[in-house]
Amino acid sequence: MRGLLDIESLTRPEIQAILDRARDFQVPPGQPVKRFDLLRGRMVVNLFYEASTRTRTSFEIAAKRLGCDAVSITAQASSVSKGESLVDTLNTLGAMRPDAVIMRHAASGAPHFLQRHLTFPIINAGDGTHEHPTQALLDARTILDRGAKLEGLRVAIIGDIAHSRVARSNVYLLSKYGADIILCGPPSLLPRELKDLAPGVTLTTDMNEAIRDADVIMMLRVQLERQHEAAFPASEYFPFYGLRLEHLKLAKPDVIVMHPGPINRGREIASEVADSQKSVILNQVENGISVRMAVLERVLGGEKNAGAAH
Amino acid sequence: MPALLIKNGRVIDPNSDHDAVADVLITDGIITGVGQNLTAAGAEIFDATGMIVAPGFIDMHVHLREPGFEHSETIETGSRAAAAGGFTSICPMPNTAPVNDSKTVTTYIVERARRHAVVNVFPIGAITKGSAGEELAAIGSMKQAGAVAISDDGRPVMNARVMRRAMEFAKGFNIPVINHCEDLHLSAGGDMHEGLESVRLGLRGIPGVSEDVMVARDILLAELTGARYHVAHISSAHSVAMVAYAKARGLAVTAEATPHHLTLSDTDMTPYDSSFKMKPPLRSRKDVNGVVEGIVSGAVEVIATDHAPHPGDEKMQEFERCPFGILGLETAIGISLEQLVHNGKISLRRLVELFTVNPARVLGINRGTLAASAPGDVTVFSTDNEWTYDVNKSFSKSRNTPFDGKTFRGGPLATIVNGEIVWRA
Repeated sequence: MRGLLDIESLTRPEIQAILDRARDFQVPPGQPVKRFDLLRGRMVVNLFYEASTRTRTSFEIAAKRLGCDAVSITAQASSVSKGESLVDTLNTLGAMRPDAVIMRHAASGAPHFLQRHLTFPIINAGDGTHEHPTQALLDARTILDRGAKLEGLRVAIIGDIAHSRVARSNVYLLSKYGADIILCGPPSLLPRELKDLAPGVTLTTDMNEAIRDADVIMMLRVQLERQHEAAFPASEYFPFYGLRLEHLKLAKPDVIVMHPGPINRGREIASEVADSQKSVILNQVENGISVRMAVLERVLGGEKNAGAAH
Repeated sequence: MPALLIKNGRVIDPNSDHDAVADVLITDGIITGVGQNLTAAGAEIFDATGMIVAPGFIDMHVHLREPGFEHSETIETGSRAAAAGGFTSICPMPNTAPVNDSKTVTTYIVERARRHAVVNVFPIGAITKGSAGEELAAIGSMKQAGAVAISDDGRPVMNARVMRRAMEFAKGFNIPVINHCEDLHLSAGGDMHEGLESVRLGLRGIPGVSEDVMVARDILLAELTGARYHVAHISSAHSVAMVAYAKARGLAVTAEATPHHLTLSDTDMTPYDSSFKMKPPLRSRKDVNGVVEGIVSGAVEVIATDHAPHPGDEKMQEFERCPFGILGLETAIGISLEQLVHNGKISLRRLVELFTVNPARVLGINRGTLAASAPGDVTVFSTDNEWTYDVNKSFSKSRNTPFDGKTFRGGPLATIVNGEIVWRA
């Protein structure tokens, strides 16, 4: 069974199928949350080697809405802190026969490395500075919900691109749909090789240039924990790369502002922008659940009998 | 020990300007004749018809892990892997525990090798105490004990003043200084070559310039001091160009390249597979071509493997946690034939030079030739036998290689050390 390791290796029809299915799982405003029984008797393990509240909770809720059992393990509470290797931990988990492991890890490629040695599928919930596939899927779902098409859309992604797995996954997804992607950030966090990451990518270090005529602005969190050096003076960040209300005038009138969260008000985004009508940050959170339901269904499949012996 | 007569091989000895079908006679461990229709009463006969017979190959850059890391490799297992790769002499780097920075450790390695190694072992001593980059090691005493060069391999001397003093001191003892060129500030935290691939995989990069700035510094210091200076495992096109520049200025500057750096680029890696993780990293295709061109032009005159065994559990981890280094001894001839000779880049004779007379000259050791009275070290190999590398049959204690399962055309057939056949295919 295939897991979900990254967006780069998915085809556009595969992505489209997930986005379409996610729509079925969305909860219309004012209506009660609907539960599905599609994955009854199944079990997923949330294995988070990095602190995360929103992604882990989102996966847990997604699993439960599908009738799937979800067990969460955080690194601090597990044998990881006792020095067990990643392979040994996963083999141990594997012996408990989960239907999938949802994994977040600080090392890029950790799920890819593991998937080569394990039989059960792994869903990547973010690996180091590499990819965060479900984030890109929920971002695409959120853009589509505004009635926009991804083709030809002008999307500015702004912030610490070098260390952003959100940026990479979004670049691959948007590029597969033929969007124009403008990556913007301080020069030391914007490696020039990024322009060759996928078709349709351009780079700029000028915030105004990035935002001009943008349909979508994606702000990234300043990830101080991933910066191993002072690649950029902290005091220079907000003045030059923080999103403020006046920037929005440069964009298309119906521009939307996105952020993967958690947001740092006053660091990469002004409070007034985060709280403005243009912000779809909470829609992103909501779509996180429906997209992850679609991913779980795709990875686990719907047909298997509940409780069947392996 | 009975004499050994190697019959009817194509004998290529660049040092003696010899390339013809001939016999080689070794008596009491010493070369006593190369010529037609040699005979020797009671001699053991090795029929080398259709084979290449060359001076024993020298690998001037290996890690034998003893003392200190015997779970990865020992002098014995490493020497057996060397023999199976066609090498008769190997030079272990000093990054053992304790570091080979004193006469005591050098002597220990020499003695262990004398008893357990099946090939000649010429240790390389440290440049600085503990390879910490601060205080010079006991270079003169290590040379007396058998060290043939000094290097802080893996922990490059970052302080230019210390490097200058090391070169001055080494020149006095007429011993070459070998440097693993890597500015540790520029490469800090890096796991692979900095480029599109590292950006794509979200791995931290080791820029080519981290090698280049130290090669540049060292060449300037070599000119200032007049020292014999050797660049270990050169991997960037810029660095090759600078070594060529140094040679053009008449400096005693030499360089080696590994088989993997003249074969694989960063785009050839299986993503996050630590069998492709080493220092310097697999660089861009342009750099690979630059290293190959350096060999063709003569700027790079030695092939050395940087054989770096690591046990499986250390290489079975998150990529960023895995140690750097891959095995090299058993695949060196096969890869070099494929990348340099079969495609017509260099002649077979040049290839033999890269493994024999050239490293012998860099190190100043009496090896790498079949001249009369030279030690009876001979490498017998083929340029056309097809064979497949199976790392599970390796003589090394470790299994870390990107070349497992690869099929080669040509490779070692027999290894003769001081007149004794220590390995044959």
